[in-house]
Amino acid sequence: MKYSPHTDKDKKEMLGAIGAASSEELFKAIPKELRIQKLDLPEGISELELKKLILEKTGKNYSTQKLNSFLGGGAYEHYIPQVIESLISRGEFLTAYTPYQAEASQGTLQAIYEYQSLICELTGMDVANASMYDGASALAEAVILAVRETGRSRVIFSSSLHPEYKQVIKTYLEGYKIEFVEIPHAGGSFDEAALKREADDKTACVVVQNPNFFGCIEKVDKIESICHSCGALLIACVNPVSLGVLKSPGEYNADIAVGEGQPLGIPMSYGGPYLGFFAVKEKHMRKMPGRIAGMTKDIEGKRGFVLTMQAREQHIRREKATSNICTNEGLMALAACVYLSLVGREGIKEIARQNVLKSHYLKDKVLRLSGFELMFNAPFFNEFVVRCGKETDKITGDLLKHGVVGGLPLGRFNPEMKNCMLICVTETKTKEDLDRFAELLGKH
Amino acid sequence: MEKLIFEIGSAGRKGYSLPKLDVPDAEIKSLLPADSLRKKEPELPEVSELDCVRHFTRLSQLNYSIDTNFYPLGSCTMKYNPKINEKMAGLPQFTGLHPYQPETSVQGILEVLYETEQALCEICGMDAFTLQPAAGAHGELTGMLIVRAYHTSKGNPRKKVVIPDSAHGTNPASAALCGYEVVTVRSDNAGRIDLDALRGAMDGEVAVLMLTNPNTLGLFEKDVKEVADIVHKSGALLYLDGANLNALVGIARPGDMGFDVCHVNLHKTFSTPHGGGGPGSGPVGVKAHLADFLPIPRIKQKRNKLSLDYDAKKSIGRVRAFYGNVGVIIRAYCYIKSLGCDGLKDAAVEAVLNANYLKVKLKNDYRLAVDDEPCMHEFVLTGKDKKEFGVKTLDIAKRLLDYGFYAPTVYFPLIVEEAIMIEPTETESKETLDAFAETMIKIAAEARSNPSLLTEAPHITPVRRLDEVLAARELNLRWKKSGV
Repeated sequence: MKYSPHTDKDKKEMLGAIGAASSEELFKAIPKELRIQKLDLPEGISELELKKLILEKTGKNYSTQKLNSFLGGGAYEHYIPQVIESLISRGEFLTAYTPYQAEASQGTLQAIYEYQSLICELTGMDVANASMYDGASALAEAVILAVRETGRSRVIFSSSLHPEYKQVIKTYLEGYKIEFVEIPHAGGSFDEAALKREADDKTACVVVQNPNFFGCIEKVDKIESICHSCGALLIACVNPVSLGVLKSPGEYNADIAVGEGQPLGIPMSYGGPYLGFFAVKEKHMRKMPGRIAGMTKDIEGKRGFVLTMQAREQHIRREKATSNICTNEGLMALAACVYLSLVGREGIKEIARQNVLKSHYLKDKVLRLSGFELMFNAPFFNEFVVRCGKETDKITGDLLKHGVVGGLPLGRFNPEMKNCMLICVTETKTKEDLDRFAELLGKH
Repeated sequence: MEKLIFEIGSAGRKGYSLPKLDVPDAEIKSLLPADSLRKKEPELPEVSELDCVRHFTRLSQLNYSIDTNFYPLGSCTMKYNPKINEKMAGLPQFTGLHPYQPETSVQGILEVLYETEQALCEICGMDAFTLQPAAGAHGELTGMLIVRAYHTSKGNPRKKVVIPDSAHGTNPASAALCGYEVVTVRSDNAGRIDLDALRGAMDGEVAVLMLTNPNTLGLFEKDVKEVADIVHKSGALLYLDGANLNALVGIARPGDMGFDVCHVNLHKTFSTPHGGGGPGSGPVGVKAHLADFLPIPRIKQKRNKLSLDYDAKKSIGRVRAFYGNVGVIIRAYCYIKSLGCDGLKDAAVEAVLNANYLKVKLKNDYRLAVDDEPCMHEFVLTGKDKKEFGVKTLDIAKRLLDYGFYAPTVYFPLIVEEAIMIEPTETESKETLDAFAETMIKIAAEARSNPSLLTEAPHITPVRRLDEVLAARELNLRWKKSGV
């Protein structure tokens, strides 16, 4: 298949206009010794053959369509209303670029403005940007903001922070001289006593994930007061769907709220593309990374939208920019925008409620099984850690044979937790699914 | 003017449905502590499904896009995004995969990722690729961290990164994010890197030279081998910003030119859609001596099974959660498979043909930014001689919108006064290029005869020229419920 439209006649006419005998002449600036004859790749194929090839690949996957999955841990199976795919696949959204020419990009710009507004409402923060790559990179950029804003070099988080997020923060801050303080969790939660000892006037920020990697809901008010009493910034990394019932970062006075936006209408797609959301209190807005849309007027006084506060950005400030981000996750932000618009005020509450009720139903069932116990006693939103009588890898292998993807075996992150699994339940599971899962677990 | 989503709907209206709760109901307060619960409800919209569909459909109609308009945005490679690739990437057997599923249950997607890595190695002449970076600038950051890890392993991370003055703004921003000091070197009259300036900038503290090839003036860096020698002699590495790779696929390979590390933009060269600003994907390729530093996890093949390897001791670590923008990578995989070895090369040749054709058509009515020689996939004009009519490049760009064309990249590269950077891509027909050229020539005439047509443009877009100064001065970055 080829997508270029030129016929031989077109090419001849065009070369004639250029005054070149062949297209080869156009490449004469490339030294001969650098030219290659042919790529060692297969010949192209037709659309029909492509479809067959892809179906052969998908045949080797077992997606959640066929499996009953209880995996969470940073990517969640929520129901995605059809409207989202129908709208974001419109060519006018899908095939536009970053809205450099505002007058020809009002659709994208107004949608970004609405997305920013929705994220502010959900998180209780003042200002949000147009998106980051994912939750982990958004968190890393939040830490950079805190380090720059405070001029301090200690970064404190709990071992209950998502292990991959910890790794990303450390990778991103390789070029800074940062002291990372990882406080061992206490019963699955942030150890406030240890935080009190560690937080000092060199601390740039305290990162709290809520609910944390183990699903536990943190005592955010206490963490906030310890953090702010030493002048550090509080960074809240939150699950956006949980905010349908849980206290928003704005309500506990977080300085920066970030998180993974995937639960807001974005498919799991084996880990990406996802959506990092990023929101701050007004006083930090000029240090924010990324694009921001703002409302303005045209020369006739009509309302319109543009990219604004660009003096922070790489194309203007180069090495002095607040971040290097350019392309973000625009279409995913649009998906989240449509999702939040559609489920709206009632829906976000009801979805969050169902997550709480269904996960607690399963927890009660699992606890009645012999050989299984709850690892932590902290309250949780939609996932919880269970300790099993044997290595979880053996259990999950057997469950898979029954078409069930059990919880996430935690041994891969921490060998001491090789008997533990993180079980996630969203609104997509029926009572029947939950009963069957408990029944299968009970056979171990 | 389309209302805001917050300005439509009505209290109590719903646009979603959920299955009836089938487990015992309870008060949330009875399950979770009161002080963990939200007190102030978010002011989210309350709209019907049709309200929502109509709102966003109308918004979409306010956009110019590849599907509706010619989009000659320089350095952005706005080529056609094949529909079949959307369909394939959207198959539920891909979109329904959880990133932590057992590897035995995801062999199909791992094959797609592995084969894409292999194809990119061949296309770029590199030894290993990572698909994890989510965009070009993310690839740059990954590349800089690899450079830093390499030098650290030699005993000194070094302090400086050398970057030509014609480079994309992301280059210096990425280097700075990685803790490096940026040293800018000037370009010569053709926009190529000045070898004497480069020699002068090199010393034992330079970690890497970041080079864009073809450069942002659309010219191939002829002396790239010599550049590589100069850089390597001082123990530094050579990095390619692969934003402009579309001109080179199947023609020449960065690895053969002496580049040690490069990123490519799947959302440019490999036809994945830009989505109004992402998601993109910025895979990074390296030569063998840097492979150990690539981010984790790496995809490994063992006894015909693919798996993810997290145990790389020298790795820079992780640059994001999970494994990359997989949905975007599937689209690029489809593109590479569809075009194949010959089709990929033809695309590069025809992209260059289109750029040269358009350049010839426009060079009499606009001045070329550099001396006339064949360009690669794009070329740069300057609008500076239109200033005598009181017309700026920005005005030309806005006037183009009236004629149904998106504007080229303007005011970049920074080394060209009143720059107009045009990249037509290979998927545009001769008729489209002719129509665009005719319009540009017409606009040049309007600049002379009736400059206010330009300075007041655009006239027929959904909104007229927008006040960016007002937007920056009186910041309005979100909707708020009135009276709050």
